Amino acid sequence: MSALAERTAPLVHVEDVHTYYGKSHILHGVSLNVAPGEVVGLLGRNGVGKSTTLKTIMGLVRPSQGTVRFDGVAVNGVPPYRLARRGIGYVPEDRRIFRLLTVMENLRTGLDRDGMTEDKRSMLLDKAFTYFPVLKERRTQAGGTLSGGEQQMLAIARVMMLEPKIILLDEPTEGLMPRMVTQIRNIIEALHKEGVAILLVEQNVPLTLAASQRVYIMEKGAVRHHCAAAEIDVHHPIIKQYLGV
Amino acid sequence: MDAIAQFFHNIPIDLLIIQTVNGVVTGMILALVASGLTLIFGIMDVVNFAHGELFMLGAYLGFVVFVSTGSFWLALIGAALVVAILGAAMQIVALRPLIGRDPLNTILATFGVSLVLQNYALWQFGPVVRKIPAPIGSQFTLFYLQYPWYRLLVAALSAAIIGGFWLFLKHGKFGVWIRATAQDRVMAQAMGIPVPLVYTGVFAIGAAMAAASGVLFAPMVGVSHTMGLDWVLKAFIVVVVGGMGNFVGSIVAAIFISLIEAYTTIWLDPSRAVIVSFVILILTLLFRPTGLFAATPR
Amino acid sequence: MRAQPSTEPRSPENGPGAGSAPLLRTEALSIRFGGLLALSQVNFDAGRDEVRAIIGPNGAGKSTFFNCLTGVLRPSGGRIIFNGEDITGLPSNAISQKGIARSYQITNILPNATVFENVRIAAQSRRHSWNMVSHHNGLTDINQKAEQALAAAGLLGKAREIASNLSHGEQRTLEIGIALATEPKLLCLDEPTAGMSQAETEDTKQLVRRIAKNLTILIVEHDMQVVMELCQRITVLHYGAILAEGTPEEIQNNAKVLEVYLKT
Repeated sequence: MSALAERTAPLVHVEDVHTYYGKSHILHGVSLNVAPGEVVGLLGRNGVGKSTTLKTIMGLVRPSQGTVRFDGVAVNGVPPYRLARRGIGYVPEDRRIFRLLTVMENLRTGLDRDGMTEDKRSMLLDKAFTYFPVLKERRTQAGGTLSGGEQQMLAIARVMMLEPKIILLDEPTEGLMPRMVTQIRNIIEALHKEGVAILLVEQNVPLTLAASQRVYIMEKGAVRHHCAAAEIDVHHPIIKQYLGV
Repeated sequence: MDAIAQFFHNIPIDLLIIQTVNGVVTGMILALVASGLTLIFGIMDVVNFAHGELFMLGAYLGFVVFVSTGSFWLALIGAALVVAILGAAMQIVALRPLIGRDPLNTILATFGVSLVLQNYALWQFGPVVRKIPAPIGSQFTLFYLQYPWYRLLVAALSAAIIGGFWLFLKHGKFGVWIRATAQDRVMAQAMGIPVPLVYTGVFAIGAAMAAASGVLFAPMVGVSHTMGLDWVLKAFIVVVVGGMGNFVGSIVAAIFISLIEAYTTIWLDPSRAVIVSFVILILTLLFRPTGLFAATPR
Repeated sequence: MRAQPSTEPRSPENGPGAGSAPLLRTEALSIRFGGLLALSQVNFDAGRDEVRAIIGPNGAGKSTFFNCLTGVLRPSGGRIIFNGEDITGLPSNAISQKGIARSYQITNILPNATVFENVRIAAQSRRHSWNMVSHHNGLTDINQKAEQALAAAGLLGKAREIASNLSHGEQRTLEIGIALATEPKLLCLDEPTAGMSQAETEDTKQLVRRIAKNLTILIVEHDMQVVMELCQRITVLHYGAILAEGTPEEIQNNAKVLEVYLKT
């Protein structure tokens, strides 16, 4: 099992991280890693610290203890905008697209950066519109007028404009209709084929097990189990214990 | 019905037109001062109590540049640039460390800076009022008045500056950065936007607008270290009435308040007509505290 | 002979609530936010001295349910009957006076007051007085009630500590103490173990067990261990309606519930 994870140097390496919100001790020594190009699932019930783990990696919250490494370099305390430029994309739980900006302008926020050429720009936009044709239709509409599913697509497309090495996806299927859930599944697979690593936080177990190579299961602020996704299925006692009732 | 008609009939139409012109001119200058304030508050949630001093400093710097170069336009541009840099420095030193803290801290910080700047100006330039002559000295006849062309020029320039900035905000790359940061500073960071730099830039732009207003206004009233005070008070009223952070709202409010005040001076003397602004402020706070002209939802 | 509160594990058949009128009952309780039906025709009842968990996935309506019970939100339809009285639509302070207390997800204590003062203020709410003159030391009955509440919560030893100096777990316990000081008949605990370590969670579990005598408790929780160990019955909410109700064993083996939680 360990050979799986250690064969290649990890892209993201979280080691023994403790994070607090004020006095509330949310993460009690979380350790996990994601190899380049890998899809890793992070499962757990509400309130166990999955989102906080993503926020810690993204630098939105600073750990009081432990290290976060990206591409081999410790990034504790590095401001999020630098991490975004270095290649970490973040899609938060409530999407949080810029509601008063148009779809195009939302995408622009990821495109307007150093080293961007006209060619690359149109290539990336084409990619976004191929993945999400509905965004092309709505490109002059304000983000806030999109439906929940469309906003989720925009949130992912926006992050793709950064050409990230890894995308932190926080509960992308929450509140979406089954048809959209399948679409998200397909998008994750397509991104994986392109070599983008994904750390997928989810409560949808079948989706996560199908899309990931490895999964971590969290409870009460710590990782309790870690295995290859193929080793378990939705009826496995471990799933019932940590995600069921 | 008849009494009202009688009432309006008694007001000479030429006086009405003159006051309308005055109102619009004053309104545009006020709009320029206020829009800098609104911008800073809308994007950064900072109430800039030093805005009047940046206005005043802009006027003094304009005076200095004018004295050495003889050009009003160089004075305008030079003052705006220098104050922009000064504003950026002020934001980095006094305000950046306070981001995320209780807003009271930034109010105190900007108030402190305002005291420093006021006394610096007094020390550097002394209490004598300085003069910057208007670039256009001629006048035209408006009914029975000799109305200075310069006043119209100022109104037009203010409108141009505000309009130019509006376009910048809507289309430029930095414009998108600013608008994204204003809506969600955390996600703006997550998209690679250097939010601390955006804040500094916005403050610099707001400061430059204040300085430009100072230079534009100087030929009309003279440069003194207290010239900022009256204007800034009105500018704050405009910002509240227009809706805090509402750019378009503050411009409409500036013109609205100035027009009402101008019309009021038909019956009351100017020092009492000022009450009008305060009455409008109180009514706004009582009935529409989010602003009279909240056109676009923030 | 009068039945004493038993120390044996209580079973639903002969336990509290069985045979007596429910302390709390909701009839077709609904609440709508614009186009969203957050609670839909909820018929809920809890008996005296029962410890009931309310669980469900995100957005199921658990906090909304509590908000309706405690008067924070006004229901769009249905009724809430507490202790035989219709309390639908009453404001929160009135509901507190009727005997419903609540602890919140985000700690809601007075940080600059001492632990004792926090609890005493809650105890004071039960006795209305225009007396602004006498010293608080003289209010012996209120001081006594405050002490009792602190003792029940296990915080007597920290009575003189400034509340902000307490650890997170102690602060959440203080919240429960504050609720207890109002001498409630129904205690609503909103995610009491959120952000707690295993040790603090253990302490909270024991606290709830201690105070469960002669008190009806509703707990919204995500920590399933806590739920299974503390509660006799569980109500599962999903999309604002009751999906299932039963004993811990019944709920654990309920296929529908599992489906909803695992999104199969």
